[in-house]
Amino acid sequence: MSALYALLFIAATIIFVGGLYIKIRQYYDTPAPLVIPTMPAPRTEKGVAFRLFREVVLFESLFKSNKWIWLFGWMFHVALALVLMRHLRYFTQPVWDWVVLIQPFGKYAGFAMVIGLLGLWARRILVERIRYITGPSDHLMLALLVAIGLSGLGMKFVAHTDIVALKAFFIGLRNFSLQPLPNDPLLLIHLFLVFALMVIFPFSKLLHAPGVFFSPTRNQTDSSREKRHLAPWAAELEK
Amino acid sequence: MADFQIPELREYPTIPKLEEGATAHLSPFIAKPDHQEALGFPGELVENWEQKAIEEMGDLLNKYRSFRVYMDACVKCGSCTDKCHYFQGTNDPKNMPVARQDLLRSVYRRYFTLPGKYFPKLVGARDLTREVLDEWYSYFHQCSQCRRCSVFCPYGIDTAEISMAAREIMDRIGHGQKYCNEILGKVHKVGNNLGLPAPALESTLESFEEEIFEDTGAKVKLPLDVKGADVLLITPSADFFAEPHIDGLMGYAKVFHAAGVSWTLSSYASEGANFSMFIGSYANLKRAAERIRDAAIELGVKRIIVGECGHAWRVAYSFWNTVAGIGSGGNDPYAKKLQDQLDHSYPIPQHICEFTWGYIQEGKLNLDPSENDWRTLTFHDSCNVARGSGMGGYPGGQFDIPRNVIKAVCNNFVDMDPDTIHEKTFCCGGGGGLLTDDLMEIRVKGALPRMEALKAVVDEHKVTNLAAICAICKSQFTKVLPYYNMPMDMIVSVHQLVSDAIILEPSPDDDDEDDEDSQDD
Repeated sequence: MSALYALLFIAATIIFVGGLYIKIRQYYDTPAPLVIPTMPAPRTEKGVAFRLFREVVLFESLFKSNKWIWLFGWMFHVALALVLMRHLRYFTQPVWDWVVLIQPFGKYAGFAMVIGLLGLWARRILVERIRYITGPSDHLMLALLVAIGLSGLGMKFVAHTDIVALKAFFIGLRNFSLQPLPNDPLLLIHLFLVFALMVIFPFSKLLHAPGVFFSPTRNQTDSSREKRHLAPWAAELEK
Repeated sequence: MADFQIPELREYPTIPKLEEGATAHLSPFIAKPDHQEALGFPGELVENWEQKAIEEMGDLLNKYRSFRVYMDACVKCGSCTDKCHYFQGTNDPKNMPVARQDLLRSVYRRYFTLPGKYFPKLVGARDLTREVLDEWYSYFHQCSQCRRCSVFCPYGIDTAEISMAAREIMDRIGHGQKYCNEILGKVHKVGNNLGLPAPALESTLESFEEEIFEDTGAKVKLPLDVKGADVLLITPSADFFAEPHIDGLMGYAKVFHAAGVSWTLSSYASEGANFSMFIGSYANLKRAAERIRDAAIELGVKRIIVGECGHAWRVAYSFWNTVAGIGSGGNDPYAKKLQDQLDHSYPIPQHICEFTWGYIQEGKLNLDPSENDWRTLTFHDSCNVARGSGMGGYPGGQFDIPRNVIKAVCNNFVDMDPDTIHEKTFCCGGGGGLLTDDLMEIRVKGALPRMEALKAVVDEHKVTNLAAICAICKSQFTKVLPYYNMPMDMIVSVHQLVSDAIILEPSPDDDDEDDEDSQDD
């Protein structure tokens, strides 16, 4: 079981990192031939960085649009970020100070994460418009995330797993030595689902995470009158 | 009056219940072979169109980062679902921005992503069939590319970019829209949307000069093809023939006259509109804009000013520098050829409202706002100005400057509901290449949210007029206001208001006027 999970972990990591690299490379390499920021847009690069910061950290546009989606969506993402940061303690030795610091918040953020997800899921079922645009994969994605959250919470608050052994397993992998993984069903489920999520990431709507940074309507500067903006393929037309 | 149900104005607009297929029957006329070929597209649907469409989609995915990212990034959060005026007016779920995008995204997933190849049902991927093409043709011509949805999307997904890509794909397989393509052919051939030749334009302008002279006694010129003029005015050709557009054009002429700026129109580039944007065609966008570049070089002007037109201003402000080198800061030979000739102490291009507001601030125009006291004004932010361009060199200038101009010439002004102005403005319902009689039903229905906001200020503040700085908005409102029991002449040009308030010195009676004498006055 330990060897199988070690292999799964390595495979999932390769697909996750490799797939994301390919997609990000693709976004990066594709030119934006026209200046199309959603106006009014910042006039400086600094302003654009601030706009993206507000978009990524506060979900500004979503807040303008719909307070319910914002509330559940933001709650889920912030909680997820805390939970992920908290999980660093299982991969680092010694544990970094700031990771120790956020531990109490990260512990309970798991609940906020699941509540946010359930709120979003409820909207998919109860709101006619959102039900219309929801497909099977949207439900599955939520199911996967909720299952990851619940299995994690189960280990934290209901049936503790052998966290010391788990940590030894991951630290061991880093040093190319296979340590035994605790044979705890909740843990095996949790890990398996996380691997699945990593594999799905580069092929799914989860690409919104890198995508938002490459969105021309959000990352372009309003400077079209002052600076000539020309994509390589468009410049060819002038020759 | 109409063979379809005109929506009722709601006092408290609510999100409609879905009516699937409510406007599935709406499709504009298909372009004829000569309309298509004039733009470099195949005359009719090519034989292997399915395969060709996928190839063209692949081509656009590699050329447009917007299209590439927006095909992947949507999470179906639902934020945009209630933001489109066509959805609000028709209740058709496929007019929800995300559902409109999905018409294309479903095909993207099938042919360009692994899950779509192996698990199409799971991720909503589908083959490109004739039904899908017909659905594209119908619903991508029920989008005015107003970008309101992009304001509210957490990733900035812009349905306009997607509907432009869809129209470009359809054009490239020989399945274009008659209205846009026929008009664009006229621009390429004659120089304007109307196909109005130079002599006709000249006599039209003369008739405006006479009209202004009769009204004011001032000999205001509307010059055409004057070499060595300082300013080239590029304005939508609707300003030459449609109401209330022509009153706006006479307003610009009066401002130029009062400011003492030498200016000219061009018979070669007598069109501000550039419908290439609506069909997403970079090649045609460039070709139409280059007429203006060529005219500017030929006439030797120092400045370029753009008249009241929404998408034309977006093209001018955001795209001209890119596609035709009309702007500042270009250091390649192509751009420098024009830019070395221009006076960069002025913004290039400059909006007519920026120009007029500058002279108002300097106190150079003699204005009597009481001339407009019989009116109470509100202002319709045109979507391409509000969300696609700027003015004044600061974010939001495009909202302030037209209002500043109006307030300088009118004492009575109120804004509509804040959720329906500025960057949240609602489209007039006729933008994006939809301003054609074969789409009248969607135009009337799409105007609903704007009509509701307007009716509210009519009732509450006794607003008499709606001002706009877009030729399409003006034509669209003239047509749809009566459907909502409001008079068609409610809609006015911003420079029509300026025209009514500006006081011009009557020119001396004798025909060979002496320049020095008239300046001494």
